[in-house]
Amino acid sequence: MSGNVQEQTLEPVLERLLDAAPGGRPADEGARGPLAALRAEGRRAIAAAGLPTQKSEPWKYTSLNALRKVEWSGPAGDGADFDTVKSALPVLDAYTVVLLNGRFDSVLSDLNGLPKGVRVLPLPEAMSDSAVTDTLASLIPLDMAPMAALNTAHLDDGVLVRIDAGKALDKPLHIVSVGYAGSAPAAYHPRFLIQLDENAEATVIESHIGLKGAPTFSNTVTEVVLAPSARLGHYKLQDQAVDGFDLSTTAIRCSDKSVYDGFTLSLGLGTVRNDVRMTLDGEHVEGRLNGAYLGHGGSHVDNTTFIDHAKPNSTSREVFKGVLADESRGVFQGKILVRPDAQNTDGHQLNKSLLLSDKAEADSKPELEIYADDVRCSHGATIGALDDEQLFYLRARGIDAVTARAILVQAFLMEALDEIQKASVRDALHEHLAARLQPLFKGGLV
Amino acid sequence: MALLEIRDLHAEVDGKEILKGINLTVEPGEVHAIMGPNGSGKSTLSYVLAGRDGYEVTGGEVIYDGKNLLDLAPEERACEGVFLAFQYPVEIPGVAGTTFLRHSVNAKRKYQGEAEFDAMEFVKFVRGKAKDLNMPDDMLKRAVNVGFSGGEKKRNETLQMAVLEPKLAILDETDSGLDIDALKLVADGVNALRAPERAMLVITHYQRLLDYVVPDKVHVLANGRIIKSGDKSLALELEEHGYAHILEAAA
Ligand SMILES: Nc1ncnc2c1ncn2[C@@H]1O[C@H](COP(=O)(O)OP(=O)(O)O)[C@@H](O)[C@H]1O
Ligand SMILES: [Mg+2]
Repeated sequence: MSGNVQEQTLEPVLERLLDAAPGGRPADEGARGPLAALRAEGRRAIAAAGLPTQKSEPWKYTSLNALRKVEWSGPAGDGADFDTVKSALPVLDAYTVVLLNGRFDSVLSDLNGLPKGVRVLPLPEAMSDSAVTDTLASLIPLDMAPMAALNTAHLDDGVLVRIDAGKALDKPLHIVSVGYAGSAPAAYHPRFLIQLDENAEATVIESHIGLKGAPTFSNTVTEVVLAPSARLGHYKLQDQAVDGFDLSTTAIRCSDKSVYDGFTLSLGLGTVRNDVRMTLDGEHVEGRLNGAYLGHGGSHVDNTTFIDHAKPNSTSREVFKGVLADESRGVFQGKILVRPDAQNTDGHQLNKSLLLSDKAEADSKPELEIYADDVRCSHGATIGALDDEQLFYLRARGIDAVTARAILVQAFLMEALDEIQKASVRDALHEHLAARLQPLFKGGLV
Repeated sequence: MALLEIRDLHAEVDGKEILKGINLTVEPGEVHAIMGPNGSGKSTLSYVLAGRDGYEVTGGEVIYDGKNLLDLAPEERACEGVFLAFQYPVEIPGVAGTTFLRHSVNAKRKYQGEAEFDAMEFVKFVRGKAKDLNMPDDMLKRAVNVGFSGGEKKRNETLQMAVLEPKLAILDETDSGLDIDALKLVADGVNALRAPERAMLVITHYQRLLDYVVPDKVHVLANGRIIKSGDKSLALELEEHGYAHILEAAA
């Protein structure tokens, strides 16, 4: 049911955003087929819900009012300077997919030598596969996820990663999503689907980079489906060079004995919001949802997670550590649901924030909903400043106060990265972070 | 000229006077032992000399190497050659020992107008130092003091001291909790540094360390004051009779 009545009441920013969707208004929609059907569904859901406001509980700490004031236009992205992209990325030996403003760029991508049983395709080329069309948008209840609905309304391009049963990716896959708006602010909606069949294994890195220019609004959706005994390392780097918007919705469904190792490192400016929903829909699943973030300037980083223990005997671990400098704000909302069936669940959650300035702010909201009686669930949140004893110890060894602070800040973030299980990615991100922090330290971060 | 001259030093912590007029002169080349009961102010004295925040000097002065020590920031004191081996070395998760010590050595070299070491040069430099001292350097790969045993922490302090080559080393109970092998290692580290231009303040509870590091002078600190000074025989006397009778005699 596409409600023309609702369409008339759309707020202007949403109307403008939807105008840029493929096919434009429903009236002149040309495309047919599964993509068009999904788009219509997305459009219906976002039109009904509207963009989130702080009145909605999950968005209590994060405002999109600044986003509402921008006159967004569609993808474009011409003139992006890829040399600056390189310096914003970790150095990895990986297969590479590049998207510019949400569009698969086959020239910049390098998928040579992908092993048998591994498919990495532009999403439209994968739409003949019912395993793909049946899965897209199936993990996320669009009526409750307005940003995912908005993304789905734009469903047009993106990446499918599919690993057949028993196969493994021999090198990580690096998906580089670049946002560039020359002079007119640009909104784009990347879409990723990662499917691992039984006992398949892969490492996928998403790097979301926003280049200097007018603000960009990246609204990503990533869906991950792990069949029994599949193992995925799924790591994300976010780094916008200007005050834009990097919003993402990630949904993960884990079956029996699968392992999901997720990590999100957010280093850029602007507003960042990561909505992650991980469903442990199997027994003996190991689900890891970790992250580190650095707030600086006026940036706002919100990690909102929902871990759904639906079956018994599974383990989840969630550690988010944030450094908040200048006038930045960090938000962590972590909901863990243990359903009545999910006996013998082991859940651990921790959020640690380090405040570097009086004007920085951290909000931490754990939410445990436990309906099974035999569970081990722990959660903790700490918000504090740098440790005086450690600072003095460093200074007593001749290290000046600013350098001492920088060393401790770097160590705090480096330690968070240790949660990453894939050693090559962990090392690459360690190095990338160290290099990325240097100019910030020189610029007075600490 | 004395390397260190402490004159009528008063200091308080949280508004409570802990040091109540300390006088102490240390000549270059000397080793002074400071002994005293728990809570007498030994660590407070070492922190005041190293410049820790919250240890407020309310009177007196400290002249070190011709400079007014109390005017300097902690890092400047360190770069000028003051080294404090902490009674309780601090754990720094996420910072490898090598990284920490390289920052430290380079800060000092920069302060003294010398070229800084790059990572490779530094590893070579530290290996050499550790070898001279017969000291394993494997601790440096780990995060600073994290998960170290008490003995490892003290050995780590000694290694840092050896690498930084201080002019004035203050050892705050570096010998506590060490077995005899570790104690010898620490003592060797201290003795290796003994030189005509250097001096040491060795804070200890026990005569034991002083068998290996023979002091030129021994002072008894009680209730924020030095109540008795003497030569190494004073340490033996304390070992035999305890503090009580000296405290009584002083009262
Ligand atoms: N940070 C502090 N806050 C409050 N009191 C302190 C602090 N440090 C030391 N003190 C007090 O100062 C006195 C001397 O302590 P300290 O210098 O550690 O003695 P020592 O090293 O000789 O055992 C003790 O009474 C101790 O309780
Ligand atoms: Mg003490």
